Amino acid sequence: MLRAKNITKTFGGLTALDDVTLNVAAGSITGIIGPNGAGKTTLFNIITGIYTQTAGEVYLDDENISFFPPETLARMGLVRTFQNVEMFGQMTVLENVMVGLHTKSRSGFLSCAFKLPRQIREEKLIKEKSIRWLEFTDMTDLAGMRADSLPFGKSRLLEISRAMALEPRIILLDEPAAGLNSRETLQLAELIRRIRELGITVVLVEHDMDLVMDICETIFVLNLGKKLTQGTPREVQENPAVISAYLGVS
Amino acid sequence: MDNFRQLTQYVLSGLSNGAIYALIGFGFAIIHNATGIINFAQGEFVMLGGMLTVFFLVFCGFPLLPAIVLSILIATVAGITFERLAIRPLKDAKPIRLIIITIGASIFIRGAAMLIWGKDTHALPAFSGNEPLYIAGATIMPQHLWIFGITILVIIFSRLFFNHSIIGKAMRACAYNAQAASLVGIDVKIMVMLSFAISAAIGSLAGIIIAPLTMTSFDVGIMLGIKGFCAVIIGGMSSGLGTVLGGLLLGLLEALGAGFISASYKDAIAFIVLLLILFLRPEGLFGKKETERV
Amino acid sequence: MTKEKRQITIFLIFSFVLLVIPFSLRESYLLNVMVFIGIHTMLAVALNLLMGYAGQISLGHAAFFGMGAYISGIFTTRFGLDPWLVIIMAALCAAAIAFAMGFPILKLKGHYLAMATLGFGIIIYIIFNETVNWTGGPSGLSGIPNLKIGELVFDNDFHNYYLVWIITLGVMLLSINLSQSRIGRALRAVHDSEVAARVMGINAWVLKVQIFTVSAFISAMAGSLYAHTMTFVAPASFGFNFSVELVTMVVVGGLGSIYGSFLGAAILTTLPEFLRVFEDFDIIIYGLMLIVITMFMPGGLISGLQLLSQKFFLKFKAKADKGA
Repeated sequence: MLRAKNITKTFGGLTALDDVTLNVAAGSITGIIGPNGAGKTTLFNIITGIYTQTAGEVYLDDENISFFPPETLARMGLVRTFQNVEMFGQMTVLENVMVGLHTKSRSGFLSCAFKLPRQIREEKLIKEKSIRWLEFTDMTDLAGMRADSLPFGKSRLLEISRAMALEPRIILLDEPAAGLNSRETLQLAELIRRIRELGITVVLVEHDMDLVMDICETIFVLNLGKKLTQGTPREVQENPAVISAYLGVS
Repeated sequence: MDNFRQLTQYVLSGLSNGAIYALIGFGFAIIHNATGIINFAQGEFVMLGGMLTVFFLVFCGFPLLPAIVLSILIATVAGITFERLAIRPLKDAKPIRLIIITIGASIFIRGAAMLIWGKDTHALPAFSGNEPLYIAGATIMPQHLWIFGITILVIIFSRLFFNHSIIGKAMRACAYNAQAASLVGIDVKIMVMLSFAISAAIGSLAGIIIAPLTMTSFDVGIMLGIKGFCAVIIGGMSSGLGTVLGGLLLGLLEALGAGFISASYKDAIAFIVLLLILFLRPEGLFGKKETERV
Repeated sequence: MTKEKRQITIFLIFSFVLLVIPFSLRESYLLNVMVFIGIHTMLAVALNLLMGYAGQISLGHAAFFGMGAYISGIFTTRFGLDPWLVIIMAALCAAAIAFAMGFPILKLKGHYLAMATLGFGIIIYIIFNETVNWTGGPSGLSGIPNLKIGELVFDNDFHNYYLVWIITLGVMLLSINLSQSRIGRALRAVHDSEVAARVMGINAWVLKVQIFTVSAFISAMAGSLYAHTMTFVAPASFGFNFSVELVTMVVVGGLGSIYGSFLGAAILTTLPEFLRVFEDFDIIIYGLMLIVITMFMPGGLISGLQLLSQKFFLKFKAKADKGA
């Protein structure tokens, strides 16, 4: 479903990614792991159109999306979350999710300013759907709160509900468990499984090995900008190269 | 022959204005590199330099040199105070708030200057007389020579400072990566304050040496400031030499444009150049492209 | 009372108060000040859509105000065109210029955007000054006709008051609607995190250009009204200082609040009147206000007022509960 082919990215003289190829099967949960500085987030940024790669291509269902900006990718059903949580802090929790329905609504400047009946109907629909996505992550009781006053764990969940409101086909989660306690991490694992049950492909970058080994079918290991290996959790765990990369022995 | 003489005249005055723009531009670049802020109050330091010198020299009857030194000192203190009171508390604010606060400061300084010294335009006597010198058929004022000389000195001095002194190197390290700099024991706060101090000092110096040629008043800071900004944008924030070239280029364009096209559109030239550069090559003619970051 | 109903009530009370003011305020001088507050409110709302909602600064908005004023002035005095037609033409023209300039300008961010809009504003200001044949140059353009509908001529402060305030209230209402719609949310999203907004499918660049265009349209309309109520325009009203004054109105009143824009406009328009005694103090006070409000009250004075009224309301409620 999602293919990144021979991706290379350099910053100035520094090579962050070197000829990395990634294949994500439709309907799967795929994990990307690797020590710090392996280039995981850079790869995410390239796939989601935030960085442009130095070389290589990205395909979504055989369409070349290499140079598509994030807003176009969103309309094609590809969405992501961020490692350090990018909330719309000055809006309420509910409004945050409502922004997620931007691509699903079409009222323009005039119908919004004059509150035409069609716009009022659409607005009601946006609200209903948004509340449903808050239910999905069990956050309805926080709907009226300002997003920047949420506790950290909840803001991660809000980011996921907002992304789900786009009704994506594929969702990329950048370290969704970072900063969560063990109970929250368990809930997250369950949530990710429920997302997959909706037929949505999930890709995640993650440091929490237990979580990755628990929920992923395929795992890609990056190290120092190169792909080290890929395989099932068991294969990866037993791969000596992976072990030495993590222990820092070469 | 007459045309040629006119041309050299334009070139000379263009270059001397350009040198001033370059000095002001330096001030912008120093603060920008240390903090990422474009200090909209930069032009007011320039104004302060000129006005304070007029005040000490003409009203208090000080000799020239002490008047200049005192003026630069006071402008520097104003720069430090501004950083301390308004910039430091807002360190991590969004650009829009920082812009507004530096605009507020610039209005405040301008307003204060107007209340203290009034709205009159003042002339500062030239440093060494008004006897013109003749070079290649063009007249040149001794003040022009002062401007060129002082600009060159400032450039040499700042190059030595930033490349060879410990403090200068520390400031560059902060500009490059503040977090890393603080990890190796550099006090980033002090460096930011220092950047405001140096920037205010250079700005006020520029205001002092230009005042005998162009007169000075409480509101000269806006235009001079913006043109200094043009200089640094043309040259590129990252390039010191680029700023000098940018300033000279802008000065030349203005002088030639005013001379041969239309004097009334002289100021527009700077802004059209500014927009073109920002649209087409925001990293400046001589600057390096910054790597994208999120 | 639901949130929506409460908002409608507030707007109705606000409009009602403004529309009955002229009957209690017979003094022409004060009405005249109110006309200016109306025009400034329109401008502040326009700039607030860009600054407070989309988070993009403009230091050249006086240019669009001036375009409206001069286009109205020139086409009604020299070509005798119908003033109402020219108002629409002027607004569309300013909007078209904003749209064309918006694409390159709004690619820029933060401080660079501020400088580019400043440069743009000054270029337009220089054009107002130098195209003497059209604009009358620094000495201005006079003899602009008053607006009229049939027999009703808007030539005194009482008439102008209603002309300006009905349009201003309309602009405020439409802006409030807009700010609470999907477009308003998208704008605020771009303000809070541009990258996250884009990931949500919002084309931030185009959206910024669109709101810049809308903002220019409203500003030019305010300019046309200014020209017709004053019957005289001169470039000094459209320079850099006025652009900064507009920014001050928006910031002092409250970024992202339509009523805040009214408050900011009202304060900055009346301040010079109060400061008559201390001539020339206004500029230094603007500077201080900008600094103090930005540092200590990022939501502007309106947020302070809201806090106060909430406290009052709670106290009132507590008392009522006790009584019952």
